[in-house]
This record gives sequence, structure tokens and C-alpha cells, in this order.
Amino acid sequence: MNDDVRADPDKLLEAIQRQETQQKRGKLKIFLGMAAGVGKTYAMLEAARKQQSLGVDVVIGYVETHGRKETDALLVGLPVIPRKVSEYRGVTLSEMDVDAVLARKPKLALVDELAHTNAPGSRHPKRYQDILELLDAGIDVYTSLNVQHVESRAHTVEEITGSSIHETVPDSVLDLAEIELIDIAPDDLMRRLDEGKVYMPDRAAVAMVNFFREGNLTALREMALRLAAERVGQDVRDYMQVMQIQGPWKTGHRLLVAVSPSPFSAQMVRWTRRLADSLDARWMAVHVESSRAYSEEEQGRLTKNLALARELGAEVIATVDENLIRGIMRVARQQNVTQIVVGKPAREGVWKFFRRGWIMRRLVEESGDIDIHIVRADKTEEPKAPPVFRVPSQVAWKTYAISIGIIIGVTLVNAALNASTSIGYRALALNFLLAVVVLALFVGRGPVLVCAALSALCWNFFFVPPKFKFYIASLDDAMMFGMYFVVAVVMGELIARFRTQEKAERRREERTTALYLLTRELADAVTLDQISQIVVKHVADLFQSEVAVLLPEADGKLSSRPRPGSTFNVSAKEYGVATWVFEHNQPAGQFTDNLPSSEALYLPLATPGGVMGVIGVKLPHASPLTVEQNNLLEALVRQAALVIDRTRLHEAAQQSNLAAESERLSRTLLDSISHEMRTPIAAIASAASGLSDAGVSAKPQVTQALLGEIKEAGARLNRLVGNLLDIARVESGHVKPNLDWCDVGDLINVTVKGIARELARHKLEVVISPELPLVRMDFVLMEQALTNLLLNAAFHTPPGTLIQVSANPGDGEFALTVADKGPGIPPESLPKIFEKFYRAPGAKTGGTGLGLSIVKGFVEAQNGRVEAANRPGGGAAFTIILPLAEAPAMAGEAA
Amino acid sequence: MNPEPPSQVVLVIDDEIQIRRLLRISLEAGGYRVFEAASGADGLAEAAQRRPDIVVLDLGLPDMDGVSVLKRLREWSNVPVVVLSVRDREDDKIAALDNGADDYLTKPFSTGELLARLRVAQRHARPPLDEAVFKNEHLEVDLTSRTVKVSGKQVKLTATEYALLQLFVRHAGKVLTHRQILKEVWGPNYVEQTHYLRVYMTHLREKLEQNPSAPELLVTESGVGYRLMVK
Repeated sequence: MNDDVRADPDKLLEAIQRQETQQKRGKLKIFLGMAAGVGKTYAMLEAARKQQSLGVDVVIGYVETHGRKETDALLVGLPVIPRKVSEYRGVTLSEMDVDAVLARKPKLALVDELAHTNAPGSRHPKRYQDILELLDAGIDVYTSLNVQHVESRAHTVEEITGSSIHETVPDSVLDLAEIELIDIAPDDLMRRLDEGKVYMPDRAAVAMVNFFREGNLTALREMALRLAAERVGQDVRDYMQVMQIQGPWKTGHRLLVAVSPSPFSAQMVRWTRRLADSLDARWMAVHVESSRAYSEEEQGRLTKNLALARELGAEVIATVDENLIRGIMRVARQQNVTQIVVGKPAREGVWKFFRRGWIMRRLVEESGDIDIHIVRADKTEEPKAPPVFRVPSQVAWKTYAISIGIIIGVTLVNAALNASTSIGYRALALNFLLAVVVLALFVGRGPVLVCAALSALCWNFFFVPPKFKFYIASLDDAMMFGMYFVVAVVMGELIARFRTQEKAERRREERTTALYLLTRELADAVTLDQISQIVVKHVADLFQSEVAVLLPEADGKLSSRPRPGSTFNVSAKEYGVATWVFEHNQPAGQFTDNLPSSEALYLPLATPGGVMGVIGVKLPHASPLTVEQNNLLEALVRQAALVIDRTRLHEAAQQSNLAAESERLSRTLLDSISHEMRTPIAAIASAASGLSDAGVSAKPQVTQALLGEIKEAGARLNRLVGNLLDIARVESGHVKPNLDWCDVGDLINVTVKGIARELARHKLEVVISPELPLVRMDFVLMEQALTNLLLNAAFHTPPGTLIQVSANPGDGEFALTVADKGPGIPPESLPKIFEKFYRAPGAKTGGTGLGLSIVKGFVEAQNGRVEAANRPGGGAAFTIILPLAEAPAMAGEAA
Repeated sequence: MNPEPPSQVVLVIDDEIQIRRLLRISLEAGGYRVFEAASGADGLAEAAQRRPDIVVLDLGLPDMDGVSVLKRLREWSNVPVVVLSVRDREDDKIAALDNGADDYLTKPFSTGELLARLRVAQRHARPPLDEAVFKNEHLEVDLTSRTVKVSGKQVKLTATEYALLQLFVRHAGKVLTHRQILKEVWGPNYVEQTHYLRVYMTHLREKLEQNPSAPELLVTESGVGYRLMVK
């Protein structure tokens, strides 16, 4: 269970990441003192002035001098950011204006009193959170702190001084900071107190005097010194870790502390943190949930204890088990824990003594080679522990009544049986047992145990001789009674426990099912709107709340309009909260530490790739979610974020696919065009140069031949340019057909005349159905389309073969077909043949591959379609199909 | 000895120098005297100054759109104008023809075609010399007696058919747009009713052409209109 004595890669990474974030973040320097009045603010201001003299941009965020003259004097020359003034219940309060400081962007800001609690309505409940925000923005901060306000030390200070500490700062904040200890001898401090140099709010005067006793101050001083020394140790360790120095690594200990709603748990958590610190070990806080329900107060305390553990740096694990020890041991084994921390209460009632002792013994036995720490509780802390058998709630009374009623019923039945038949009293015991077993299937532990006991007594009293006395005559019967009692209780207990386990299982299953259902529905969702609708539906159902999903717009900022499907609209103020969440990747709103006075809880939809958006949940309860509910919500949100990320990535992939495809097409275009163009140009150039040669121009035949070449090349170039322009028009959607009534015969005739030369080597047959009426089409576009089809036919079929053009009316449509007797189209090419640049494999080379796609584009612009097929007797047939409309009636004329 | 008749003067308005060069060569070979202008504004100035017998106007001018040049020209001159255009600009051609151009040519065109169209345009510009009889290969039309003979045999035409033929004969060799034909034969209310035109053209071809499905006389000008061919 001991890790190797070498650099743990996780730790290394942590240390490096710590270093990195430290570099990007502002640096925090804490002026730590043992008590008020040691001169922290004074020292802080002095240090700041020095920085200013070195040219650093220093501002004062919030400094309280309490009117001390020497301290005031140091303020001169340092720019002050005006405080934010707010009113709360008629009282004027002023706090640091965080936004103003952020906007000012100084290099260094001074903020007094790290542990201060902000006025209600401020962005964060605590000042240290404000300071964290400043650090995140890259602003260095100097602040001051008394050792009594350090979370892990607060309790000890309370013990020492007897006064309660209300404001604390989590140790994780100190971990970020450089600590400068402001140390003076207790004697000096007390003298200063006498001189009136220490600030004291009047009401607390008496308490303060108590506080400022020599013994206290000495102890506090030691604590402060030790804290500062520990911090140095941590820095050294970090340094050693990063530099991979083989220091005196402690072996890899892992600590576990069991957390319950008891306030003592908080103490234990802090104690474990200190132990973890000194062992340099990882630690976790485990809560074992059993069937026993918690009151709202207990629930609240439990959540606070777990939150405290998390704040202090523990990993929080929740598990369910009826048996506390079993649950703890299970987690301990799973997580390779080396030391377990449990508490022993100070005051022990008789019953608790038994329980505790039993727990301790069990723990020690089960723990094997895991160390156990038993921590003493504080006397004042522990509230009156409720008895094991609590009366849960009003409804339970009914259950008890019913159960008791059933036992009475069974008793009567038994009496009847006893009286009327020969069934002996021993057999009747089994009836009672049956009743208890059946009851256990329906009611809780309490009623079952009551009934078990009651049934035993009833049996004893009413049936075991001598009847109507509790005294048992024979030894057999006494033993039976004893065994019955034990069996009934045990059975009842076992069955009840089994049922609660089952309930817990079912709850867990519900949770998994909820996640599964969400995931399954999300798997089908394609658009962001669909995703957000599904998420909203599930979260709203499960948590009985209103939900809104906010996603970022194209410019990267969060949209202020919730996605469709969201059930509540986000007001402008709430939008600010949501934006904050989006930018800081931290939850905010109801029941969190950030902006808790918002209307709803806002969670970031976060993936390792970044924050995808924000989801707002308006929880209806007055109290925060249980640990389990929180876990479920977190899991749902994480799932949603992943799916959104996936959609986003999918879209990005599609874009890049499109880009690649268009890249490919333009390359193909360039290749084929360049070839098609160069050939006729070459012909013209060489023919022209030939013609200018005296020897050639003398021979009229040669001249004529060359001129012919030039003419043909010119025509070919002209056609190519025409094709390019046509395809460009089709692609850019600029084909606006001029539909008018046209004569199909005319169309065919004009087209054929236009390419008479190219068709010269083929036989042409034109068949026009006599019933063909006028057709509504764009004459020029159709002429071009038909030209392309005929040229294709002429090009791809051997000379001398027949090309047929036929025009036939159909059902609401008219078909114009060009059919040839050539090699036909390979079947695999049929679906793709109208695509741009597509060449059927095996087709003759030449041409641009654009002709058919132009035909398709032109015909479709006229609401028609094109078809290609192979003819049964060989050859290909291309058909243009246009809608046929009724020609308007014509007025007759006088002959 | 008769002195050579003075050469016809042609004004070429085209911004492309290569086209102007080529036209000059072809037109001078055809016996014309050629003046050039490279823009619409220049063209109008030259037309006013040189008073040409015929104008060749390119519709793709940079400074003024061809139709505007035409309109301005037509304000004070009836000089025959043949416009040059490219494929797929049928709307431009129709607009030009409806606004006073006499005929059109689609680039690239042959020299023969160019000279033929110029001749036709000029002939129609001169006051009609009482050409009451039209003869072309197999067709003979006598406008005074209103008789039509195909290969010597008389053919009966309906009133509309005759009106249609008469229009073509009066503009023999020149292109007529659909609008122009419909307006002249059927009236201004019928300018959109192309189907009338199609049907009657078919009838006319049936009656007059040697091979109605491959007409040689009444030729379709794709997207623009029709033309009665002259020899």
C-alpha cells in the first residue's frame, strides 16, 4: 500500500500546473499576524509604498486604518478606488468595488482583512472570493489576516481563547499565497493595547480584554509562527517536486475521515486536514448514507461538513451502506487508504457507550493493516444525540397503530384456534412469527421491532401456561420464548434492512436510469435546439424546476435569449450572473458561494475543451440539494455539455469536409479546363503562324485547310467559354428562366442547325409526336441543353451511328429524349452521371465533363428533371422532362 | 463612264480595339469607309459629325449602356443601326431592337453575316422603292394583289396569316422581335400572348416552307424573334 519513493507523476503535474497558474495569476501576499493590532495594515502599506517607488502601479482596493495616525500617514500618495456603498435594512454599508478595481487593472491592489464577510447583495459572500477574482484577472494583491481566521486553525483558537470565531478563510487560499509574518512579542502588543493603538469595536471590548491575555497571545503567536513555517515547507516541497529532487518524501499516505451530520465531524475534518498536511498525504472525506433519514437541520449540517472538507482539499465520496463500518472499510479498500480517522465523543450515555465500543472494536478488527486515528471530541460541541429509535414523523404513528392492531388481530385468531381446536400453544407461536415476517415486508424497522416484541409478550401472556401471566412454568417454554423473541427480532430486523437496501438500490438505479434516458435521447439529437430541449425536459422533470439553457453566439459571447424549450426567461440581471458563470467556469446563483441571491442556480456546461454554455435551474426548494441530487444534476449537466461539444465538433468537421471537397473540385476544374483551352489555342496559333509563312500561303489547299482548323478551334473555344459561363450561372443560382410558350419542333430544328457540322458524321432522326402542344420553357436554355445532349451523343458514339431525337407528351409532362446507339453508360455511373466533372470510367477523354451538369441545372431551373438510362438494344438515352401546362385558349378568327 | 458611287460610310462604336480592327478590315473589304469610336459618348459625337450611312454599335460599352446610346441617337437620326452582342444576353438584344435597332449580330459572327445584315438594314432605311413584289426561291408574294405563290402554286392564307406574312415581307431580311410582331399583327394588347405567334408561325410554315420542320424562309432567331430570309 505504500507508493514508491519516486516522483508521483500526478503530483508532479499538479505542482507544475500550480506553478503555471501562479505565473498567469496575480500573486497574493498575506500579512499574517497573531491578533489585531500587531501592525499588519501598517506593514502592508509600507510594502506597497516601496513597490510604488519602484514604479509599480499600486491602488488601494479597501484599507481600514481605524483612524490610526501613523497608518493614515502611509496612505498619502496611493490612489484609492472608491468603495461601493450599499444600503441594507436601513444601514449604510461600504465594500470594495471589485468591478472598479478590475476595470482599473492595477499591477497591485491592497485589500485589507482577508476574512471579512461582504454585505448581502455583493457579488461574493466573502472578501477572499473577491480577491480570488482579482488574482484571476492577473492583479497582484496584498492583504492582511489574523491567524484565528484560518479555517484549519479556527477551532484551536476557539479552544484556546474561549471566544468563538465567525469568519474564516479556507486553507486553499493560503496555499496560493506568500505569507509575511508580522510578529511582535505579546508584551509589546499588550502595551499597545493599553496605549489605545489597537482597534476595538466597542461592543466587543470585554471579550477583547479577555482575548488579550498573555497566555492566549503566546499560544496564538506560536500558531502563527508554525503556520508560516509550514508554508515555507510546502514551497520547498513544491520546489523539490518540480525539480525532481529526491527529498525525504513521505511514503504515499492516504487518509480517510468519516463525515456525519454531527458538528463534531467538522472538527474531525479540520484535524484530518492538519494530519494530511503534516504527512503530506492525500485525504478524503466519506459519508456513509444509511436508511436512516436526516432532518433538514442535519442535512444542512452534513452538506456544510462535506463542503468544508472539499474546501480544505479533500476528495468527497458518498456511499450507501446500512452498516457504517462496512461502508467505510469498503471505500478504504477501494481507495487504498492507509489511515482512517474516527471520532470518539466526549460525553457518552450508556447506550452510546455500547455502540461506540462496538464500533471501535469492529473497526479495529476489520481494518487489517490500515491505521486508525481516534480523535477526541470537544465537550461543548456535541448536541444532544438523538436516541436510536427516533419517532420519525406523524405518518409513522399510523404504521405503528396498524402493526399493533395486526398483532392483536393475530392474537384473537390464535385464541379462537386455541379454544376451538386441539392446536397447542407452541404451534401458535409460529402464527405470530408469520405475522411479524409479513409485517416486515411492509413497514419499517421501528414498527417491526415493536411488533416482534409485542407478539412475543402476547404469546407469553395469553397462551403459554400459566395463561394470563408473564411467568413461564416449564423450562422448555421459557427457552422457546427466549428463542422466539430472538428469532422474531432478528427476522424483523433482517427483512427491514433488506428492504431499505433494496430501496437504496432502486434509488441508485433511478439515478442511473435518468442518466441513461437522457443519454439515449441526446444520442438522437442533431441540432443544438433539439439538444437543449431534451436537456431542459429531463432536468425540469427530475428536479421539478424551471430550466433555461444559454448557448454562446457566433461572436463567442453568451446569448441572452434562452434556447427554445427553456421554461423561463433570463432577466438582464440574471444574464450577468450567467455570463459570469460562462467566463469563470464555476457555478453561481442559488445555494452557491457566488452571487447567492440570484433567482436560479447557474451551472457551466463544461467539458475539458472549454465551457459550452450555461444552464440555469430555478430550484423550488428552500434548501440546497442533497449530495445525491447534486451528483445527479452534475452528471446530467456534464452529459449535456459533452453532447453539445460533439455537435459543435461535428459541424466543424462538416465545414472542413466541405472545404476539402470544394478544394478538390476546383483542382479538377483547373486541370480539365486548362487542357480544353490549350488545345484549340495551340491549333489557332500554329495554323496562324503557318499561314504567315510564304511557302504555305502560296498553296490554296493548305491555306484553306489551316483556315478550317482556325475556324474549328475558334468554335471549340467559344463553346468552352459558353460552358464555363453556363456552369457558373447554374452554380451561383443565377439561372432565371424566361418561360414562354415555345414550339418544340422549332427548338429541335434551331438546335440541330446550330451544330450541323458536329453532327455531320452521324445519322439524325427527329420524331415529334403530333399531339405535342406548345410547351412552356425557356427557349435559349433548352437550346443549350439539347445542344449539350446532342454533342455528347455525337462525341461518345462511333460515326455513322444513329442519333434519335424524340418529343412526346405524357401525363402532365413532356419528354424530350436524345437516344444513341453507342456503348451506353456503365451501370455504376448512372447515378453520378449528371455530377459536375464526372467522367464515366472508360469514356473517351476530352471535353470538360460539364455538359450534363449544365443540362441538369438548366432543366431543373425550369422545374423539370433529367434522366439517363441505357437502352435495351444498346446505347444510351437521355431524357429531359418538363411540366406540361394548358395553353390558354385562342380566339378564333374569321377565315 | 459612271463614277464609282461614293462609298457608304459606316461608324463602328466598340470599346475593344481588336474588334474595331477586325471590323475595319472586313468592312473596308466590303467597300465601306470606316470611322471608329471607342465609347458611347464618342460614338454619339462622331455620328453627329460624320453622318454615317450605317452604324455598328456594341452593346457592351463601358460608359453608356447600348440601349441609351440608341435612344439618344434615335432622338435626332434614323440611321440604320446593327447592334453587336454576346450569347445569353437576349434581353439586351430585344431591348435594343425594341428601341430602334434594326438588327443584331451575336459574337463571334462571320464577315458574310455582318455584310448581309448591313445590306438589309440599309435597304430598309431608304424610302421604300415600291417593292410590291417579294421573291425568294420558292416564295412569291405580291403585296398589291395580295397573292402568295409557293413554287408557282397559289396558296390560300387567312387574314391573320397574311398580315403576318405581309409584316415579314415589309421587313424582309430584318429580324422582328416577338413583341414587334404581336403588336403589329394582333395589336398592343397582345404583346404577351406568344402562343398566338407560335401557332400562326407553325401554320405559315406548313403552308409556305418546302420542309416545314426545317424552315428555310421563316427562320427562328433563338430567344429574340423571327426573320424572313432573303436570297
